[in-house]
Amino acid sequence: MDGDEPSYFNEMFDGDGVRAPYSGLDGWANDMPPELRNLKQSEAEALFRRIGITFAVYGEGGDPDRLIPFDMFPRVFSSGEWRKLEAGIRQRARALNAFLMDVYGRGEIVKAGRIPAHLVYRNEAFEKAVVGFKPPRGVYSHIVGIDLVRTGPDEFFVLEDNCRTPSGVSYMLENREIMMRMFPGLFQENRIAPVENYPALLRRTLASVAPEKCEGEPRVAILTPGHFNSAYYEHSFLADMMGVELVEGQDLFVEGDYVWCRTTEGPKRVDVIYRRIDDAFIDPLCFRPDSMLGVPGLMNVYRSGGVTIASAPGAGVADDKAIYTFVPDMIRFYLGESPILNNVPTWQCAKPDECAYVLDNLAELVVKEVHGSGGYGMLVGPKSSTEQIAAFAEKIKEDPANYIAQPTLALSTCPSFVEEGVAPRHVDLRPYCLVGERIELVPGGLTRVALREGSLVVNSSQGGGVKDTWVMAE
Amino acid sequence: MRLEVRHRTLYRFDPAMRAVVQSLRLTPSLFDGQQTIDWAVKVEGAERGAAFRDGAGDWVETTSILGPVSEIAVEVEGVVETVDLTGVLKGHRERVPPLAYLAPTRATRPDAALIELARGAVAEVAETEALERAHALTYAVRDAIAYTPGETEHATTAAEALALGHGVCQDHAHAMIAAAHVLGIPARYVTGYLHAGGEASEASHAWAELYVDDLGWVGFDASNGVCPDEHYIRLGSGVDAVDAAPIRGVAKGQGAEALDVEVSVTQAQQ
Repeated sequence: MDGDEPSYFNEMFDGDGVRAPYSGLDGWANDMPPELRNLKQSEAEALFRRIGITFAVYGEGGDPDRLIPFDMFPRVFSSGEWRKLEAGIRQRARALNAFLMDVYGRGEIVKAGRIPAHLVYRNEAFEKAVVGFKPPRGVYSHIVGIDLVRTGPDEFFVLEDNCRTPSGVSYMLENREIMMRMFPGLFQENRIAPVENYPALLRRTLASVAPEKCEGEPRVAILTPGHFNSAYYEHSFLADMMGVELVEGQDLFVEGDYVWCRTTEGPKRVDVIYRRIDDAFIDPLCFRPDSMLGVPGLMNVYRSGGVTIASAPGAGVADDKAIYTFVPDMIRFYLGESPILNNVPTWQCAKPDECAYVLDNLAELVVKEVHGSGGYGMLVGPKSSTEQIAAFAEKIKEDPANYIAQPTLALSTCPSFVEEGVAPRHVDLRPYCLVGERIELVPGGLTRVALREGSLVVNSSQGGGVKDTWVMAE
Repeated sequence: MRLEVRHRTLYRFDPAMRAVVQSLRLTPSLFDGQQTIDWAVKVEGAERGAAFRDGAGDWVETTSILGPVSEIAVEVEGVVETVDLTGVLKGHRERVPPLAYLAPTRATRPDAALIELARGAVAEVAETEALERAHALTYAVRDAIAYTPGETEHATTAAEALALGHGVCQDHAHAMIAAAHVLGIPARYVTGYLHAGGEASEASHAWAELYVDDLGWVGFDASNGVCPDEHYIRLGSGVDAVDAAPIRGVAKGQGAEALDVEVSVTQAQQ
């Protein structure tokens, strides 16, 4: 294995020693002849191709149906490490939902002066159409994806929260499936906590938030924008795994107090819609009138208690990057607890003094758009040329409120298979927290890995890959 | 004043549509300036449902008709007792924070001319005189956009209407909202009916409401250069004409749509 810059925490090696959670993988990797590794790698690729799991990568050219690279070297957490992470993730998911109930209700946190009113109510993601509405069980964000990075043995930071429709969970499930198929021995020798119950938990979570008017077993459907969407595979995969209908807007219609699905056996009432369509497009009678993807009248049925929409329209106001700064305050305010997971220190370019600091220190900072996602429109200072930094400075000056900045974090590395053998590559983690009648979390999540040497950007849209993520059973 | 409203909206589709769904905001607001004596909304042949009061205080309901649909008539009939509150929306229960009414839409985005209009209108009015500033905007918009039916259309923006110098109540309301936003004043679009005197004048109307500290929401009708009084009936609000529309509908199919609207607001015989 080649060396790593000492400033990065290597999750597997502690000096010359192997850290305990990875003890089962040292021999496995070392003993694997290069031919076998190549064989297994092509086998994995063939499996991914066969099941059809591809990810449309925008902005990089090439084949839009290309595979997201799968790295066979697993990423591992001990049960102790996971216990702390899990407690922090659950805490955060509870606080984010409490915040959403509050800002669409009485707005106590704003009245108490803990979050500036304009950040909430002038936020693009704040939906006046749901003000005053209490969704079933008071849950707005039913699937909370929390992006975490690690910088040391006990140092974890939350990079961002995803309260709308975080994607990628199909990779978590497929990565495990394929690893088990290719390396069954690994799963006999190591006690790895299972993740395959995720679809059942998701279904139970969605059923638990059916409207009060629903009688009998709730009918759940996944609403997709269609097969042109880059995450369509995931929509159909989850529908299959949960045994629920996958529908497009045109398959649903509103009549009377309910939403109905056209089926071969006639219309069936739909109680819970797990939508993978943005707020702006779900109902042309409430939001964008030109949307062809949504269901006319859906919002009226939702507001009058005839259907549940997951995540709730308006949930995005909690995961905005300007609101992110205040999540620790939410945890203290609503839960009366100390935050278990830390935020990354964040500078708001909207504030003139902080913006000045950011402009003076661009070479050391990561700058992101407040509403951006997917690694687009961001600047990684230490990895950028003087010209790129100068150009980005102009963008910030034009619209400071659109940007936040954070220090460049020393993301931990995990051994990964590369051309020359095994080498450390930077990783992050996205666990998927389910919020309904109960809060559920499968152990692990999706590990994304920056496969380019030295790269700190793990987004699949920017050349990142994925790994199976293990949590060792107790 | 006791006002009687008859409002019939007839949609014709040729060829017939497969289905039509509508969201209706056709019920008078609940506030101290008006009291509903009698009110009925009829949509022949439609399934009704999914009704609720939204966070802005409006009563919303849903109608749907499965096709073939060649015609829909939305008929409103009612009597409302009004009093003059000089535009103040007193006693109106709503929960949307005024700050949520500061974002521009396609229709209300201010351009350089609207910015100039807004700043020019209040140049002589102290910032503390919020009500005076709102009145000043009303007169400025009225003077800059002459009330002229037929010059603008549904999709005309505030900036376009100002450039044209002509418009109708929708354009005045959009321009008021845009100008208010320039000054940092929350503003919204309001729909309703206007009793303009005479026997049975055409009477669907729209105006703007601006949020004035200490008073709350106050209506300003630039088309008539006044604040709504007992001649006005308020239905509902939104960020612009599309958002506040009393009837918002989607028809599935390839048919061409023809629209025929008849409205009368008369003083009721007691």
